[in-house]
Parts: sequence; structure tokens; C-alpha cells
Amino acid sequence: MIRSLARLMPVLATTAVFLAGFLLCSLVYPNFASMRVVMNLMTDNAFLGIVAVGMTFVIISGGIDLSVGSVIGFTTVFLALAIERWGVPPLMAFALILIICAAFGACMGAVIQYFELPAFIVTLAGMFLARGVSFLLSTESIPINADLYAHLSDHAIRFGTGARLTVPAMIMLAVVIGGMVLLHLTRFGANVYALGGSRAATALMGINVPRTTVLIYTLSSVLAGLSGIVFSLYTSSGYSLSAVGVELDAIAAVVIGGTLLSGGYGFVFGSFVGVLIQGLIQTYISFDGSLSSWWAKIATGLLLFAFIAFQQITLHLARRPARRSGRPSPPPPAAIAQGVARP
Amino acid sequence: MALRLPRVGTAQIGALALILAANWVVSPQFFDIRLQDGRLFGSLIDVLNRGAPVALLSLGMVLVIAMRGIDLSVGAVMAISGAIAASLADSHSLPVVLAAALGAGLLCGLWNGFLVAVLGIQPIVATLILMVAGRGIAQLITEGRIVTFTSPDLAFLGGGSVLGVPTPIVLALAMLALTLAVVRGTALGLMIEASGGNPRASALAGIGTRLITLAVYVWSGLCAALAGIVAAADILGADANNAGLWLELDAILAVVIGGTSLFGGRFSIILAVVGALIIQAMNTGILLSGLPPETNLVVKAVVVLAVLLAQSPRLGAHLAGLRVLFGPRKA
Repeated sequence: MIRSLARLMPVLATTAVFLAGFLLCSLVYPNFASMRVVMNLMTDNAFLGIVAVGMTFVIISGGIDLSVGSVIGFTTVFLALAIERWGVPPLMAFALILIICAAFGACMGAVIQYFELPAFIVTLAGMFLARGVSFLLSTESIPINADLYAHLSDHAIRFGTGARLTVPAMIMLAVVIGGMVLLHLTRFGANVYALGGSRAATALMGINVPRTTVLIYTLSSVLAGLSGIVFSLYTSSGYSLSAVGVELDAIAAVVIGGTLLSGGYGFVFGSFVGVLIQGLIQTYISFDGSLSSWWAKIATGLLLFAFIAFQQITLHLARRPARRSGRPSPPPPAAIAQGVARP
Repeated sequence: MALRLPRVGTAQIGALALILAANWVVSPQFFDIRLQDGRLFGSLIDVLNRGAPVALLSLGMVLVIAMRGIDLSVGAVMAISGAIAASLADSHSLPVVLAAALGAGLLCGLWNGFLVAVLGIQPIVATLILMVAGRGIAQLITEGRIVTFTSPDLAFLGGGSVLGVPTPIVLALAMLALTLAVVRGTALGLMIEASGGNPRASALAGIGTRLITLAVYVWSGLCAALAGIVAAADILGADANNAGLWLELDAILAVVIGGTSLFGGRFSIILAVVGALIIQAMNTGILLSGLPPETNLVVKAVVVLAVLLAQSPRLGAHLAGLRVLFGPRKA
């Protein structure tokens, strides 16, 4: 019981920071504590939340995906061109772009796996490629006037005074719940944790490492594509410069959410709360009116530092007792079985 | 032998020559250099001049990568030092301006080095903090505006010339010579190679791995600060939003093109600078050829992939596999 609570500590800390922050904002601004603000927080950060779920899988597996922001930009441009210029029905365009993104992610995963290259630099090339192709498609901002878009942005579940659970927010919540199920309840999720713990050990256990790696980057790119769809719904346009730097926001959200960047440990729910904390900072600044937008960057940086320092201290404390007691660790079972060592 | 020249580098220098030749085909006056008002002009000089900031960044980045690290914050450090230099330029003398801007870079480097060497945080994450927060700090210094200045002293660093050679080129060459002298002229280079190759073994062998790690991040911060000053002096102002934006990626790319291993332990300072020049020559070539500048990123992506695949430890094995499958079979 205590062990499982200790395991959840980082997520609980993140949630506590969010609740404390929300309480603080509500004390400063009486209008803050309303369903409306909470719903807007979800709608405004829906695209970031979706991408952060994919990033959580990648980071838990010990990798990183720098291409997601560019994939969102590419998706919005592709959708705008497909729907407005090429006359593709919106739903078909959605399906097409998700397939393209899946292929893109699978290629990156395959290069990382089969050429044993660092994920960081491969996805960096992917970032250049996706952004470059969207520049080649169009450098202008293209409005999308399809009926489906107008219909979807009107559609919302309303509660009382102006609070609306919009379609983007619904998609994000579905992705977060789906991500939690996939990570915590399926074999694929267990494999992701295993990969982050130790690649060599995972391969020795008989888990299909190449398949898992390719699937992880495919998942991340598909979610980035979905996030691009949501982004284009939210802005009703496609622009090749949209979502620049979102990969950093997503990584920051995942780290603030308590996921270890060295892999093997983390929760989808934590990343969701990490996104909400970033949104809360933005909302506070827009409520204040006199604070400038750059304070958001500095505050995010400070939070990142605080959470990383917290992780390092926890790791350090976790390692220390064994070292201080000076007890040699028990010999591995294989050594005992072979009679090399005694228990 | 005081300065060791790179043993391998034919590929990089060949690539640079190839790109320059391609530029010459696209624009026949590419190699024309003329002296006007006591300063050299021409496309070739332009490549060197525009490539100077990335070359400066790559001088710091190559040592960081050789120590198995990465410094994502150099673009943000450029923005900070540029903002400081531009804000102080009209009210203080040049030495004070330079000391303040370079001092800021030193502090940023110390911060990164402290996080990596002392707290033991992974380099990508440790420098991500400053990458996110640094641009905010720069905007805090400029109060969100684009700060301009008129001081001719600072402007000289961006637009002036020494004996006809534009100042950014002179500064980059001086820093290259200094880096080479310190790293390759002493045992430091060997220690960096050893620590990058196997940090634990090197520490056990008595190398101060921690101190060297701290030092390379400080050096990277200083180089980035100088690049920021040059960039600000060039446009006579500081734009905290866009100064040095994405240049960390160009610097990493330059180092990777230069054949420095991302797995640590093998690096070449001169070839990193050649890498920076390759990138700039491609940029200039695309501009000269009349292709839309948007092609730039796609070309860069293809180059990164090609270089990475060539560096991959597994490429040989895969090629051998293909040869077995498709190659001519002997009885």
C-alpha cells in the first residue's frame, strides 16, 4: 500500500500543484472558480493535451519525439488544401491525414530501430521535413469554410452559465482516457514500460522490440495528426507556421506530470494535469491583463526546474539506503542455480 | 605537434566544394570578390559572414556533444546576450557592454553545467529549461519590444571590417584558433575524448570529468553569447522573439555533419566549422538559384538523414544483407 502510494507521489504532487494554483487564482479573481473557466481551459489546450498523451508513451519508452509540432502544422495545411482546393470531403481528409501521419511515424520509428540512431536526432530531421513540406504546400494562412467545421464548432454540451464542453475538449478527454487504458491495461503498455526500463532486458524477455518501437512512434505521430485536426477545428484555418514549438510545451507537460525522462516510469494522467497547469498559467496571465506573455515562459521554466529537481532528489533518496547500509546486493538467481554463488 | 589536423575530413570538405561548385553553376559570379570602401564583397564572403554565428555556436556545441551532452539553450542564450548588448550599447562603453553580454552567457553556461555535472540531470532536459525560460528572460530585458541602438562601436562587430575582412569572420576565426589552441594544444582534447568515450573509466583514471563537463557548457554559453552579440550588432537591434531562433538545431546539424559522434568520444572542431559553412552555403545556394526559400528545410532534412545513415553503426550490416539478397551470385 505504502509502496504504491510512493509510486504515485509525483502525480499526486503535480495534481496538488494544480489544485493549489487554481485555488490561488480563485482567491485573487472571484470570477475564476467557474465551470466556464475550467471548460475554456480544456478547449484552449485540447491540441496540446492530445499531443502530450503521445509524448508520454515515447518518453516512458526512453525516447523523445521532436517532430510533433511540425506534424500539427503540416496537418492543418494539408486539411485546408484538401478540403478547400482539392474538394476532398472533410471526413475523408481526416482519414487520409491520419494514414499519412501513421506512415510518417512508422518510418521514424523504423529508422530509430533498425539504424540504431538516437531518437532525438531522427525526430529532429522529421521536424525539418514535416515543416519544410508544409512550407512547400503553402506559406499562406488558408481559411476552412466547410459546413462540417461550422457544425462541429457549434456542437457542444452546455452546462448552465456559458460553460461549454466543446468537441476539441471531448476529443482530448477521450484520448486521455484511451491513453490511460492503453498504457496501464494492455500488453502494449507493459512493453512500453519494459523498453524504458532496459532495452536489452526487454529483448531478452522475448518481447518484440522492433515492433513496439515502431508502434510507439506511429502512435505519437497519429496523435499529433489528430491534434492537428483539432487545431484546425479550433482555428478554422490551415497555416504552415502553426504550432511552432509545441513539442517543447508537450515535453514540459510530460515532465511536469512526473514522467521520468530517462524512461520506464510515468503516467498519462500526470501529463494531462501538466497540460492543465500550463493552461492555468496562461489563463492567470490573461485574467491579470497587466502581466506580459513572457512571464508564462519564465514560469514554465521555473516549474520544469522545480519538478526535475524534485525527481533527482527522490531518485537520490531511493538509491541511498542500500549504499549506506553497505550490504552487498544478493547474487543473481542464475549464479545461485549454477552453484557459483550461495544465497 | 601542437595542432592536430583531422585525419578524416575529405567527405566534408568534398561536400563543401561540391555545394560551392553547384552555387557557381547556378550563379556564375559566385566566386567574384571585389574590394569596395575598404571591405571585401561577394557571395563567397557572404557565405562566410552569414555562417559566422552558426560557426561560433558549433565551436561550443562540438565540445558539449563530444562529452555525450547536448546544449539546446544556445539560441535562447543568443537572445539574452543580444538583448543585453542592445539595451546597454547607447549608454555604456563597448568593454562594459561586452563584459555584461558575455557575462550573461557565462552565467547561462554555468547554470547548464551545474545541472548536468553536479545535479546529474540529462543534458537534453537540463538545457531544455533554459531554452524555454531563456527567451522569456530576453523578452523581460527588452520589455517585449525590439530594442535598437546607434552605437558605432557595437555596430562595428556586426558590419565593420578588419583589413577588408568583415568582423564576424575575424571573430569566428579568432575563436576557432583559441578553441583549437586550448583543446588540441593541450591534453584537454584527449581528456574530452576519453570522458566522452567512457565517463566512468575516465573518472577512475583520474580525469576530472565533472569539471570538464562544467567547462564545456560554460564554453558553449560564451560562444553563444558572442554569436548573440554579432547577430545583434548585424541588425543594429535585438529581437528577443526571433534572435537565434532554431539556431541550436543548425549548430547541432553542423556538428553532426562534421562527423562528431553523437555517442561521444570522437570530435573534430575544424570539421564542425566546415559543417556550419556547408549549411550556410546551401542556404545561400537556394537563395541564389531562385528556388523558393521554403525548400531550405526539406533539403536540410534530407542532408541530416543522409549524414545520420552514413554514421549509423548498422548501415554496413544492412548493406551487406542487401548484397547477399540482390548481389550477383558466384557459383
